[in-house]
This record gives sequence, C-alpha cells and structure tokens, in this order.
Amino acid sequence: MKRPRANTRCCWILSSLLLPLLALAGHRTAASPQQKSAAEELLVLPGEVGRPGGRLVMSLRGEPKTLNPLIVADTRSREVIAVMQADLVHINRATQLTEPALAKSWKISPDGLAYTLVLRQGIKFSDGQPLDADDVLFTFRVYLDENVHAPQRDLLIVGGKPIVVRKVDAHTVVFQLAKTYGVGERLFDGLAILPRHLLEKPYQEGKLGQIGSLATAADQWAGLGPFRLKEYVAGQRLVLERNPYYWKSDAKGNRLPYLDELVFLFVPNADAQVLKFQSGETDAISQLSAENFSVLSKQQRSYTMVDAGPGLEYNFLFFNLSDAEEKTSPEMQRKQKWFREVKFRQAVSVAVDREAIVRLVYQGRGAALWGLVAPGNRRWGNEKLAHPARSLERARTLLKEAGFSWGADPNGESTLLDSGGKPVEFSILTSSSNADRAKMAALLQDDLKQLGMRVQVVPLEFRSLLDRVTQTKEYDACVMGIASFDADPNSDINVWLSSGGTHLWNPSQAHPATPWEAEIDRLIEEQMSARTFEQRKKIYDRAQELLAENQPMIFLASPNILAGAKNSIGNFHPAVLEPYVLWNVEQLYLKMGTENATR
Amino acid sequence: MRARRTFAKWLVALGALHGIVVCAGFFAPYDPVEQDRKSPYLPPMRVHLMDANGHFHARPFVYSLRLREGSFDQYEEDTTEIHPVKFFLSGARYWILGFLPCRTHFFGAEKTRIYLLGTDAYGRDQFSRFLFGGQVSLLAGILGAGITLFLGLCVGAVAGYYGGWRDSVLMRFAELFLALPWLYLLFALRAFLPLAVGPLEAFFLIIAVIGAVGWARPARLVRGVVLSAKERDFVRAARGFGASNGYLLRRHILPETSSVLLTQAAILIPQYVLAEMTLSFLGLGVPEPVPSWGNLLSSLQQYSVLVSYWWMYLPALIMVPFFLGYLGLASSLQERREAYKIEMSSLGSLP
Repeated sequence: MKRPRANTRCCWILSSLLLPLLALAGHRTAASPQQKSAAEELLVLPGEVGRPGGRLVMSLRGEPKTLNPLIVADTRSREVIAVMQADLVHINRATQLTEPALAKSWKISPDGLAYTLVLRQGIKFSDGQPLDADDVLFTFRVYLDENVHAPQRDLLIVGGKPIVVRKVDAHTVVFQLAKTYGVGERLFDGLAILPRHLLEKPYQEGKLGQIGSLATAADQWAGLGPFRLKEYVAGQRLVLERNPYYWKSDAKGNRLPYLDELVFLFVPNADAQVLKFQSGETDAISQLSAENFSVLSKQQRSYTMVDAGPGLEYNFLFFNLSDAEEKTSPEMQRKQKWFREVKFRQAVSVAVDREAIVRLVYQGRGAALWGLVAPGNRRWGNEKLAHPARSLERARTLLKEAGFSWGADPNGESTLLDSGGKPVEFSILTSSSNADRAKMAALLQDDLKQLGMRVQVVPLEFRSLLDRVTQTKEYDACVMGIASFDADPNSDINVWLSSGGTHLWNPSQAHPATPWEAEIDRLIEEQMSARTFEQRKKIYDRAQELLAENQPMIFLASPNILAGAKNSIGNFHPAVLEPYVLWNVEQLYLKMGTENATR
Repeated sequence: MRARRTFAKWLVALGALHGIVVCAGFFAPYDPVEQDRKSPYLPPMRVHLMDANGHFHARPFVYSLRLREGSFDQYEEDTTEIHPVKFFLSGARYWILGFLPCRTHFFGAEKTRIYLLGTDAYGRDQFSRFLFGGQVSLLAGILGAGITLFLGLCVGAVAGYYGGWRDSVLMRFAELFLALPWLYLLFALRAFLPLAVGPLEAFFLIIAVIGAVGWARPARLVRGVVLSAKERDFVRAARGFGASNGYLLRRHILPETSSVLLTQAAILIPQYVLAEMTLSFLGLGVPEPVPSWGNLLSSLQQYSVLVSYWWMYLPALIMVPFFLGYLGLASSLQERREAYKIEMSSLGSLP
C-alpha cells in the first residue's frame, strides 16, 4: 500500500504545480489550483457555490463487489462506480431530463439513425491522462464485445443490431443505429467511458473480467467521475479522494467537487445505518424506511430530514401464470385455473386496501398505485387510468361472474369455493429481508380473507424467492417491488416484454402466451422506435391501459424517497432517481465552521 | 410439610395463569387477528376513575384515542366522551377448549375498543394476542416436554435396565446429541421442512422438532435412577419370585423415576416455551397472523419499534410470572424429593 500513496501524492504535487502555471497562462485572475485552466472546456454547474475541503462519510449496505463497470451486477458497486465514472450524456436526477456531460453537444440526424457527439476538449482522466475519441471508441468496442459479457451490451443492441461507432476527429464520434430509437440520447446515461490507456492491455489478454477489484492499487485505476480510489480497508471502508482533474466547475469557476474525501462505511443492516447516522459517525443517510425516518425526524437535532416525494419503486402482487403444463402438479393446475381468470385478478385488485398500505406500511409517506408508472415519474404516467376505490362488493360480483361461490367451513367462516367446489387457498411469497413487503402481504392476507380466500404468507430469503419465481416456478403468488432506474419506459422494458426476464408472472416466454401480452409486446416495440415524445406517450398509455385491464400485476403502493443529512452539508437535495443522495456529490460541501464525521 | 405447602402454592398460581390462557377467548376482548387499521401502534389505554373535569366515577372508564393532527403514530385522549368499562358483553365469537362456541367476553366497552396493552403495526389488540399466543406457546412447551420426557424415559429405562452394549450405544448416542448446538439444529430442521405450511401443521412441526431434540438429558437422568433402582432389595426379591422384565419395569422401577421426571418437566416446559419463542421470533415458528409469544416479540427486531413503541415490550414482562411459576414449581419439587430422600435414608438407618 505504500507505493500508490506515494504516487498519488506525486500527482497532487504535480497538479498543484502545473495548474497555476496553466491558469496563469490563460487567465489573469486565476490564482488558486481550484480555478480552471483555459484549455479545458469545463461544464459550469448552476446552483449554490460551496466551500472546498472536508470529508463526507456515508454508509453502504455492504461491501461493493467491484469497481469495474464491465462486470458490475450489484447495487452497492453501482453506487460506488457512479461517483468514480462519467458518461457522455447524463440524465439530471432532479429534472429527469438529459444534460451534456463528457459530450458538450450532440446532434441527431434527420432520419434519427446517426447521433453525432462532440467531446469536451482538454478533459483528463483521474490519473491525468487525456480523454479523446479513441477512449470512446475503445469503450464501446469493449461493451459490445460478446466475450466480455458486459451487462451494458443489451442496451446497445438496437433493432437487433449492435450500434456502430465511428470516429470523425479527435473529439467527434458518430453512433450509427440500425433503427430509430425512441429513447434518444438517454441511451448514453450510465455508460461509463473507460480509460483506454489502462484497460487496453488486459482487454487484449482477455482479462477484463478480473480487474477492478477493490484491492486495486489506486494508481492502477482511473475514471472520469468526481472521485477516485484512495484506500480500501476490507470489511470496513472504502475511501475515495477528490479527482483533481474533474471537468465540472461551479458558477464562480471553482473546480468541483468541493469535498476532499468521500468515505463509504460498510454497514450491512438498515437499523445499524440509522444508529451510525444518529451517533454522528456518518454524515448522510438515504433509502430510509418510513419508520426509521420518523424516528430520526422525532429526535431531530443537528440533521435535516428530507422527504423527496414518491420515487420510482413500484410494489405489486402477482400470480403464477407461467405455463409449464407438463411439469406442474394437478393442484398447481387447479390453482392456475383461478389465477388465469382475469375476473379473479380484478376482484383481488379491487379488494386491496391500498390506502391502508400507504398508511400502515409507509406511515403515509408513499402513494397508492394502480399502474406500473410510479407517481415519481413526472412525464410518463397515464392520467386517464382509473383508480377504483376499494370495494368488496364489486370484488364479490366479479368472483360470482367468474363462477366462484361461497360456503361455510367447519368453523362457520365463509370460504370462497371454485367452480369445482374446492376452497380457494394459496400462499404469497415475500422476501424475508424486506419488512415493508412482509407487512403488505399481511394486509393483503386480511383483505382477501374478507372475500373468503385462505392466504398464507411465506417469508423467503430473497435469492431463493427469485429462484422460485424465475427458474423453478413453484409458487402461487408473490409480493415484490422493482425500482426503475430511469423515468423512461425503456428502463422497465424487461417487465413489459413477454420475452423479458423480469416479466415476472410468466418470465422469458418464447411466444406471448395471451393476445394481450402479444399486443403489449407490439406496443412496446413500437414506442421504442417512435420518434417524438407525444407519439411514444400515446402508445405507452395504451400499454398501461392493457396492463390495468388484465391485472397480471396488482399494483399496491410506491414509497417516498426518504433521506437525511447533517445540517452542515450544503447543497443536499435528494432526488427520486438513483443515486438518491449522491447524484450531485460534486456539489455537496461542508458549511463553514461546522464539523463533520470525526473519522 | 413446608415443602408440600410451597409446592401447592406454586401449583395453584400456575393453574390460575394457565386457566386464563385456556379461556383466552373469554378474557380477551377481541379476536386476535382482527386488524383495526385506524389504530396502528396505539399505546395502552388508561383506565380512569376520575374524568377530565375532576368528577369521580364508580365504574371505571376509558377515553377513546385519536390521532394527533398530521401525525401517524401520536395519539391523544378524546376527553369529550367517557366510555365505561362493561363486563360480560357479547362480542367476537370464540371457542372454549376448541369446541364450545361462545360470544361472551369478560370486559369491553360499547362505543370504543379498549386496548389494555396497546396495538401492533396492524392495529391488532396486543392483550388479546398475548392471551391467544399463550395458548400456542404454552401448549407447544407442554407437549414438547411431554414428547421429550417420553423419549427420555424409554431410552433411559432401556439403557439402565438392560445395560451392556445397549447401554453403551444409547448413551454414546445421547452424548452426541448433548454435544450438538441445538439451536442451530432447530434452524436446520425447520429449514428442511416445507415452506408453505398451515398454522396447525407448523405448530405440530415445532412441537415435534423441539420435543425430539432434548431427550438426551432426561434419558441420562432416568438411566441413573433405573440403574440404582434395579439393584434394590425389593426388586431383586420380585425377580427372585419370577417377575418378568416388563413387570419389574412397570411395577417397581419406572415409578421410582417419577419425581425426576416431574422436576424435569417443570424445568423443560419453560425452556421449550422459550424455544418456540425463539423459532417464532426468527420467523420459523407459527406463521402470522396466528399469535404466539415469539411472534408478538418479533417486531422488536426493528430499531424503530424498539425506540418508539415501548408497549411492544409488555408481553415479555407479562411472560415472567409464567416462567417464575414453573421454576418455583421445579425447585419446590426438588426440595420435596430431597426431603423424601432424607426421610428414606433416616428410615433405612433405623435398627
């Protein structure tokens, strides 16, 4: 560990020596290393001007597995990579619109097939190496290489063909698509531009999958994000330091980020994170549950708690509609006969007390949900979608129409019977690690009891739950939640498409099992290649209506995004998109005369 | 004599406590699974004799609680109307001893609900849940202890009476069992069993699991008693008269083990109630919404509940008399046995 530290110090000395020189050459006013140099085209961010220096400590739900964007699969790694890497075009988490990032401008050809991106001049990676079009070309070559198995590859296949990237000059790149793509420049968000000078050799040796572990020496890793690797202590923390070459500045021309250090402590449990925050060991906390949020709000002393409003997470109940006829037991087939009955699903949906879920599970810090587009999504929700109030009568009518009847069990309780006279009994799986969803399931159980359905709630460890739902398909019903990573419909494409892996009620179908699933498939494909927002929205609205009519997912509620930070943290504006708190990490700063976490 | 009197005292106290739990339906004002969704995490209601204006009422009464403006879990008393506590009212239907339907409840109020121990996250009455949960947890303890003692008696009697290789095999096996970390064994056993089991199946599974795990210690104790009993003069005499093995065991040897077994039972029952609670606490016991003492306490795993809703601890406090009763019974039983032993030995030393 000695060498990298010596090297980074070297970098520091060099940069602090060079920067003023460069700055002096360009600007007369430039005096501090914080000021930009003339050759660089920095992105100037509006907003409150902060104070440089200091350290921000946050807890992370566990140890990230990797720093390598090419093999990232877990959210923890994604959170860390997000502050170490940068993309060409970025979605502003607050406005949910695209903004220039590494590309200072872009142009889409009239036929919608060619995207021309112009890179910023004079930008450097966090190790001081310059960025040019070759890095971009290399990055996309790696993403698209089948042997690398990058998770980003799927996003770059448009109309069945990989995107073709062409270099025009040292700072201009053209992306050629095979088909028009409704998502447009949002496509580039989250696609980290990789340092060719570090990764080309391992790529040629076929070792890209093995690099980028947390133990990587700090000088062997670089990115374009606001922070770079400094130190990793296994099982305890990951320390990132300020990237001195970062390409953004504030309104006064000070180079961002303000913070000198960003520290992630590994705290596996949500309650422990709250305790660490309360004791002042961490400076900010995100992804709070409503209960913990109210605990912290009640004892509010030196911190600010923020309810950012409904997010993009949607929680829902779904029934097993998969069709592996030859494998399923007769009992399962009997149950699936109820589940396949659309009136049965509609009856369940109308019997659910969503308002109680919002109140009892989220303490009112959430929103009832009737469709896949969560209320946190500003542009894409279908306003005309009906929000039927809870009505057990309506549910009973629907069940009667579908051939169900009621009888009395030996204890004198009313029991729902199917057309064959068998009682309607099934179990709902929930993840045992998610208290919110377990609560929802308990409320559902009680709601459905009033229709005479006997429901059991089975808490299961999340991995085995996922295995049951997507692989073995041995389950009756399940309560789950998905958080869209972007407001664009494309982020939920695998839920919509019948061939998608998260088309949970019947995943990865070879052919759509029902006419309405085929119709949704067609609509989703169509909106993907539609060009204007209005066209896409109209098609997407229709898809939402189809989903609401057929109720393969019975939507329940969407929680608010809850976060908190010490009063000393400036520019703290949590967003409803991930990363909720650190989306503007380069602008976070410590206010004058305040103390931050001691460690 | 003194030992006998304390024994009787403990027995009466335990009997009364169990009587209340057996008649849970009568003493509990509400159905334990009924959700009052307007009153989540309602604190225990105070029973008043003085109203807000300082007037005295002979009949105790409660004020209903309402949510404070804009709050989710802060309640305040609504002092505009008093709700007298009524006795022997008609309410939710329940079953006495599982077969007699009945609707009369010991207490309640007409226009409001009385929550003596507050409510949980779903607005379920904690007091009713405690009583009904006691049925599950205590029965699991008693039946589990019964199974354990039966297994222990069989193994111990065979090992002690027949001796030889049977003794060695059974006792080595018992030692192996004693050496196992049994909490983890319980986890492992429960994890192997099917997931979607009904409350009744889950209940019997738990009993079988905890009953089957603890037999080794009582078996060793029984073996010791049997070993010494089979060398007694009266046993030898009976054998001399041609008594069969079965007759000797039944008639002379097993009765000798009764005091050991009773003491063991009084120690094992609370231990097994705790075992059931541990399993339920960790979500491996009786599934929700059926109450059990472990389920009642499982919400305390959440930090927010721990610091915000103190009445969620109350069930743990009320369990104490039950455990105290059993332990008191066990110690008085032991005392009695020792007194008896002394009596025997002093008799033996008489010329």
